[in-house]
Amino acid sequence: MFEEKLTHLKRELIMCASLVEGMIDKSIQGLLKKEKLFLTAVIEQDEKNANDYDLELDELCTNLIAQFEPKAKDLRTVLMIYQINRDLERMGDHAVNIAESGLLLISKPPLKPLIDIPRMAEKTIKMMRDAIDAFVTEDAELARQVCLRDNDIDQLWEQIFRELVTFMISDGANIERALGLIRIAHNLERIADLSTNICEDVTFMVEGKVIKHHKMDNKNEG
Amino acid sequence: MNRVQWNKRIDKLFNVFGIGATAFGLLILLALILDVLIDGFPRLRWDFLTSFPSRKPEQAGILSAWVGTVWIMLTTALFAIPLGIGAGIYLEEYAPKNRVTDFIEINIANLAGVPSVIYGILGLGLFVRAMHLDRSVLAGGLTLVLLILPVVILSTREALRAVPFSIREAAYALGATKWQAVRYQVLPAAVGNIMTGIILAMSRAIGETAPLITLGALTYIPFLPQHPVSFSAQVPFLHFSLKGFLDPFTVLPIQIFNWVSRPQKGFLTDAAAGIVVLLAITLFMNGIAIYLRHKNQKRW
Amino acid sequence: MGLKTAFQVDNLNSFYGTKQVLKNICLTIPQKSVTSLMGPSGCGKSTLIRCFNRMNDLVKSFRIEGKIFYSGTDLYSKEIDVTELRREIGMVFQKPNPFPKSIYENIAYGLRIHGVNDRDYLDGIVEESLKRAALWEEVKDRLQESAFSLSGGQQQRLCIARALAVKPHVILFDEPCSALDPIATAKIEELIAELKENYTIVIVTHNTAQAARVSDYTAFLYLGDLIEVGSTEKMFTVPQDKRTEQYLTGKFG
Repeated sequence: MFEEKLTHLKRELIMCASLVEGMIDKSIQGLLKKEKLFLTAVIEQDEKNANDYDLELDELCTNLIAQFEPKAKDLRTVLMIYQINRDLERMGDHAVNIAESGLLLISKPPLKPLIDIPRMAEKTIKMMRDAIDAFVTEDAELARQVCLRDNDIDQLWEQIFRELVTFMISDGANIERALGLIRIAHNLERIADLSTNICEDVTFMVEGKVIKHHKMDNKNEG
Repeated sequence: MNRVQWNKRIDKLFNVFGIGATAFGLLILLALILDVLIDGFPRLRWDFLTSFPSRKPEQAGILSAWVGTVWIMLTTALFAIPLGIGAGIYLEEYAPKNRVTDFIEINIANLAGVPSVIYGILGLGLFVRAMHLDRSVLAGGLTLVLLILPVVILSTREALRAVPFSIREAAYALGATKWQAVRYQVLPAAVGNIMTGIILAMSRAIGETAPLITLGALTYIPFLPQHPVSFSAQVPFLHFSLKGFLDPFTVLPIQIFNWVSRPQKGFLTDAAAGIVVLLAITLFMNGIAIYLRHKNQKRW
Repeated sequence: MGLKTAFQVDNLNSFYGTKQVLKNICLTIPQKSVTSLMGPSGCGKSTLIRCFNRMNDLVKSFRIEGKIFYSGTDLYSKEIDVTELRREIGMVFQKPNPFPKSIYENIAYGLRIHGVNDRDYLDGIVEESLKRAALWEEVKDRLQESAFSLSGGQQQRLCIARALAVKPHVILFDEPCSALDPIATAKIEELIAELKENYTIVIVTHNTAQAARVSDYTAFLYLGDLIEVGSTEKMFTVPQDKRTEQYLTGKFG
């Protein structure tokens, strides 16, 4: 009985993750291809669905704990799913932020050719996908590796930020568009961070080891 | 000496006392048996068991006595068992528990302790005189039925009480009526103890002399009651008759009692031999009761 | 929900002599699900469950006011045949109470008293019941052995098989695991989860964790009153009544 319910819970989480990943992808694609429909879909439909998943997963986790009083790994699994759900919900919010900025940007002439932001988006989405894979396959090693990639994202973010600040300083007319791009890059950076959180949760779930709040290079020692 | 030593001494004293009391009882029993065996040994022959009583001690036998005992036992069993078990089942399982039934229970227990002579007098008035059964096997058997009926009822009730209520509960929960629960679950579970009670009651009845003497059972019976089934010359070559129940009879205790009161020395030997036979039957029946009780212990 | 009702309890008050044991109980028990009656000792849950198959009739001083409806019919009306009722509503007791007979005869008894005597048919039902009670594999080679040769947990499953043999619609469990070890308890709970697909199940338990694991609906009783009743999930996460909350968190009982 417990096993069935746990399997169902995991499946729902994976479907929610899939939806959120789709939201991020759609927002970036909408920006790159100047496709307004993608962006409005994210803001109007997908967000609602993501919120429904959030509520459902909360309730499932609570009921599982109340009903079965799980112990050891089962307990860690349910608790971590609860946490990951939180993080996915925030990721969804960030995807909506990206879509909103996207809507603003595509209605104006482009400030510069977009190279770094799509690269950053690709890496971020891969991090998220791998984090969820680590959850599905219960692979703590993969989780740790994903955490290390956060460094790249942070560097990219700083680089993009500096470049856009330069644009803003050079011409005041650039400010609005530059800020829009900064907002997108920042939300991507947050999504990468949240993927790291998910990896930390997965490690705790699988091994019972807490790797949160450790410095980057210490993460492999756990 | 201190308290612990004192307690130990008391313990040991009691141990010794207990052994002594037991040994005393056993010795007496042993002495009795040996005495009777020695006295009766000369007469313990096959012809002793197959001869009728006679004026000559060397020729006197207990045939009519032991056959009479068997007839009386059968008659008693025939009536006492169904009546006793039936009444026991009714009182324990069906009768409501109120002051009337409590009163009945107390009375039955009291009846079990009434001196057997009283039953003889009752039998005399009821069976011999009022029902005109005269001094027959039937009258004797029925009198003994009155005697052991309270005991059978009590032991049936005890046996039924020993069956845990959970068995009945389980039966009722399946949709059994009271009879279905009693007949198929409670009774089979209690039957061992009921049998034990019956056998013990019967082995007591075997030794009862007073009521049968009061009835007027004779001691000089040179014949046997008529067999219920005998051969005949006509078809179907078997003759059924219940007339044997109305024939006069004698039983072992009475025959023994009679011999003991005779002056001739030879009759004392006969009496001793008779006692050996009576003891053998009684011990045998008790042995069966003990065996049955042992077999039932493992139940639950 | 749309579940049909098995039992409808209306303003039930019950007494042993002058002592009132249940006070104004109003409760609906849905079909083909597990409803647990939970509460501390003396709250009346055993009394209540025994009203459903009228086992309380065996106690002289027992008296009820109010009504209990089973599939629409008043349980205590004159038209009800109690022996037939108890065939439809089976019961498993706290302490396993197999008959002092063989495993086979334990199960066959229920059928025999309802008139079934055909040997082949009985064989079939015995096997089916033992399979439904998850006991067949363990005893199929020793059906003629005494029921007492089984362990406590096996004996309890035998009692369940015995109840299943007469094809009831409802099975009442009166603290079925109290006398069993944790492994035997887990087996019985698993069995109950399977059985609820085909039978309405009511279970009395003083073990709140068991009520949480096993039941779809829970009724909480305290000192003869029905304090709260509802879906187990809701009651264990957001109980409505303060007393329920206190009981679940171990503040009393």
